[in-house]
Amino acid sequence: MSGAGTDLPALELSGIDKRFGAVHANKAIDLVVRKGSVHGIVGENGAGKSTLMSIIYGFYEADAGEVRVDGRPVRIRTPSDAIRLGIGMVHQHFMLVETMSVLDNVLLGAEGGALLAKGQSKARKALEELGARYQLPVDPDAIVGDLSVGQQQRVEILKALYRGAEILILDEPTAVLTPSEADQLFELVRALRDQGKSILLITHKLREIMAVTDQVSVMRRGAMVGTVATSATNPSQLAEMMVGQHLPQQKRNGSETVGAPVLSVRDLTVKDGQGTIRLNGCSFTLHAGEILGIAAVSGNGQSELLEALAGMRPATGQIEMAGMTIDPSRPDAARMRELGLLHVPEDRHRHGLVLPFAASENGMLGHHHAADYGAGIRLDHQAAEQQMAARMQQYDVRPQDPTLRASRFSGGNQQKIVLAREMERGPRVLLVGQPTRGVDIGAIAFIHQRIREMRAAGAAILLVSVELDEILTLSDRILCLCAGRITGERRPAETNERELGLMMAGAADPVPSAAA
Amino acid sequence: MSRPVELPRFADVVLVPALTVLAAFVMSGLVVLAIGENPLEAIWIVLRGALGSATGIGFTLYYATSFIFAGLAVALAFQAGLFNIGGEGQAAMAGLGALLALILFEGAPAILLIPAGVLGAALFGGAYAFLPGYLQAMRGSHVVITTIMFNFIAVAILEYLLANWMGRPGSGAPESRFIPTAGMLPGLHQMAAGLGITLPRTPLNLSFALALIAAFGVWFLLWQTRLGYEMRVMGAQPPAAVYAGIRPARITIIAMVLSGALAGLIAVNEIMGVQHRLVLGFTEGAGFVGIAVALMGRAHPLGVVLASLLFGILYQGGAELAFDKPSITRDMIVVMQGFVILFAGALGFAFHKPLARLFKGHTA
Repeated sequence: MSGAGTDLPALELSGIDKRFGAVHANKAIDLVVRKGSVHGIVGENGAGKSTLMSIIYGFYEADAGEVRVDGRPVRIRTPSDAIRLGIGMVHQHFMLVETMSVLDNVLLGAEGGALLAKGQSKARKALEELGARYQLPVDPDAIVGDLSVGQQQRVEILKALYRGAEILILDEPTAVLTPSEADQLFELVRALRDQGKSILLITHKLREIMAVTDQVSVMRRGAMVGTVATSATNPSQLAEMMVGQHLPQQKRNGSETVGAPVLSVRDLTVKDGQGTIRLNGCSFTLHAGEILGIAAVSGNGQSELLEALAGMRPATGQIEMAGMTIDPSRPDAARMRELGLLHVPEDRHRHGLVLPFAASENGMLGHHHAADYGAGIRLDHQAAEQQMAARMQQYDVRPQDPTLRASRFSGGNQQKIVLAREMERGPRVLLVGQPTRGVDIGAIAFIHQRIREMRAAGAAILLVSVELDEILTLSDRILCLCAGRITGERRPAETNERELGLMMAGAADPVPSAAA
Repeated sequence: MSRPVELPRFADVVLVPALTVLAAFVMSGLVVLAIGENPLEAIWIVLRGALGSATGIGFTLYYATSFIFAGLAVALAFQAGLFNIGGEGQAAMAGLGALLALILFEGAPAILLIPAGVLGAALFGGAYAFLPGYLQAMRGSHVVITTIMFNFIAVAILEYLLANWMGRPGSGAPESRFIPTAGMLPGLHQMAAGLGITLPRTPLNLSFALALIAAFGVWFLLWQTRLGYEMRVMGAQPPAAVYAGIRPARITIIAMVLSGALAGLIAVNEIMGVQHRLVLGFTEGAGFVGIAVALMGRAHPLGVVLASLLFGILYQGGAELAFDKPSITRDMIVVMQGFVILFAGALGFAFHKPLARLFKGHTA
C-alpha cells in the first residue's frame, strides 16, 4: 500500500496560516499530497481540517503561505479558481439541486453557453465514459431527490470529475453512509487513485483512514502534527497524535440491573409535512437507570423519534410516562418538561440554543418559567447569570462568562451549556441526541461520564448517536432503526459493529429478540 | 461559513446606525446637488428649522411622538419575528376607537376620560392587528401581505363611516364631530402656562410623555419579563422556541395585538392631542415612517426613540426647507427616508464586512 502513488507532488502547501479574530485556525501548515495517492487528514473537530480544505478550495484565502499545484505556485481566491486548477471538492452536505436531474446537476455551473442542448449532449457522453471507467453507473435522467444518499454522493463526485478534477477533496464522506455504502465509496476511491487522481480524505474515523489511505496527516489545534505512511502506523498511534496524550480504553457496559419502566412507547408513527412516514410503528420501553441506544444512519427516523417524544412534533400511537398517558397527536413540549422528560437536542444550533443570546439566557431556554428565575412575570437575569456561572465552573465551560453570546463559544462548550441546562434539573427521562457531535475528545470523555452519572442517579436515558462507538460504549441496550422501523435489538456485549451495521442497513434481524 | 460577521457591541449599536444615517445624508446631498442647490446650506436650513427655535423644537417633538409609537409597534413585532406593515391601518382604526370611547364616556372628568380614550385607541388598534396575527398563526397567511391589505380596508371603513354615519353635520370634509373638551390632551404650551412659563403654541402635547413611557414599557416587556423572553426566542430562532415549549401561534397573536395597540397610540397624539376630531387620513403616513424608524433603531426602544427624534427633525426641518427653497419640496424627506430604509434594511450588512475587517486588525 505504501508504495502507491508517485513521488511527484500534486499539491503542496507550505506555511499556510489563517486566523479568525482571536482563533488561530491554521498554524504554518505544510502538506504534500503525492500524485496518484489517497491522502488522509485526521484530527478532532475543531483541529482546523475544514479551514485548511476551505483554503485549498478557495472559500477562504490564507493570511500567509504558499499553495503549489503540480509544482507551480498558484493563488486560489474563489472555488472557480480551484476548479480551473483541477481541484474538486465533495462537501459533507451535498451541493445538489434535488428537483433537477443528474445530468442537469452535473452541468450546473459548466453549461457551456446560453443554450443547454449542446452542453447536455456533451455531458451525457462524458457521464457515460466516466461511468464506464470507474464502474459508476448512474442514470443521467434520474431526479437527484429520488436517489439514495450514496448515489447522490456519486453524483457529486461525477460533477467534480466532469469539471476535470485531478485532486479530489472528500470532506467527511462517510458521515451520511451506511457501512456497506461506505465500502463501495472506498472501492471507488481506490479506482480513482489507480487512474492517477489524487484524493484528500478528511475524516475523524480512524478505521477509514486505515482502510483506504496511503499516507495520513494528523492535525491538532490548528497545527500539523505529522504525516506518516498508513502501512507504518496503527489506530492507537494516530489517536495519540490527534489528542496529544495516551487515551484510556473505555470499557463497554455489562448488563446491569435496571429499574422500573418509566417511559413506554407503543406504535409511535410520525409523518412529515409531505405525508411521508418517517417513523413507523415503533414500540419500546425505557427503564429507570438504563441507557437505551438508538443506532441508525442519519435520516432514518431517529430525529423524528426524539422530537415526537419531546412534544415537538405530532405523532400517532401511545406514550405512557410515569403512569400518565400522553396523546402524541397533541404535542406539548412544556408539559413533557413538567413531567420530567428533558431533552438534549441533536442540533444545538437549531433547537438547543439561541445563538445571539447570552449564555445565561440560553441556560433557561425551556425552563424559563421555573421559579429560579424570579417570581411572577418578571425574569431575574441576575439569578440566571449566577446559576450559569456556577454551571460553567462545574462543567468547565470556557470562557467562564455567562454574559457572552452563545455563538462565541466553541462547539464543545456550547454542548456543555445545553447539557448542564437539562442535566442539572434532575430529569426522570433524558433524551440525548448526538451528545458529542462537533465536540473535542477531552470534552467527549467528560460528557460520557456525566451521562453515566445520570444513569447511576436513576434517570432513564434514550441515546441517539450516529457514532456507533458511542452507542456501543454507553448503552445497556441497543435498538437499530432503518427507514423508520426498529430492525433489531441487542445488548452491546452480544453484538458488534458489523451486525449492527447490517440491521441499520435494513437487513432483517438475524436473531429476532422477543422483548420490545 | 456564511454566518454574518460579529462586531464588537458598540460598533453594532452605535457605529452601524451612524454610518447608515451618514450614507443616507450623503446620498440625499447628491440629490440636492442634482436639483441645483447647495447640500450644506440645505442641511443648515433643516437643522435651524427643526432645532433653532422653541416653535421648531415643539413641532419636531410632536412629529417624533407619532414616530415613536409607530416605530415601537414595528420593533416589538420584529423582535418576535413578525413584520407588521399595518401600523397605518391600525392607527386609523384606533382613531375610531378613541372617538367612540370619548363619546361613550362623555361627561366624565378628564382624569377618567383621557385614560378611556387611550384605552379605546389601544384596544381598536390591537383588535385590528389581531386578525392578521390570527391568520398568520392559524392559517400561515403572511402578516406582511395581510397587514398591507388591512391598511386599505381601514381607510375604506373610515371613509364609509365618516361619509354615512359619523360625519359632522355641516362639514363637507370627511371628519367627525369634535371630542369632548375633557378628552383633549393638554398641549405643552398650556401646561407651561399653568406654571407661569410662556411657550409658543405648538402641537406638542402630553402624548410625548406617553410615548416615552411606552418605549420604557416595550423595553421592560422584551428584556425583563418571561413573555418578552418567549417573544425574542421566537424572533431569533423559531425552531428553538418549539423546542422550548413556546407556542408560536400564541406568541404571534400576542405580539401582533401589542404591536397594533402601540400603533394605535398614534391616534392619541393626533385625535386627542391635536385634531380633536376624527379626520380621514389623520395618520399622515406616520405608520409607514415607523418602519424606517424601527429599522434604523435596530428594533430597540432606545434606538426607536433616537431615530424618531431624527425623523422629527427631518420632517420639521424639511418643511422649513421647502419654504426657504421652493425648488426642494417636502418629498425630499421621503427620498431621505427611502435611503435610510435602503441602507438600514436592504443593505443591512453593507457596513458589516468593512467594519469587521477594520476591527480584525485590533482584536487579533
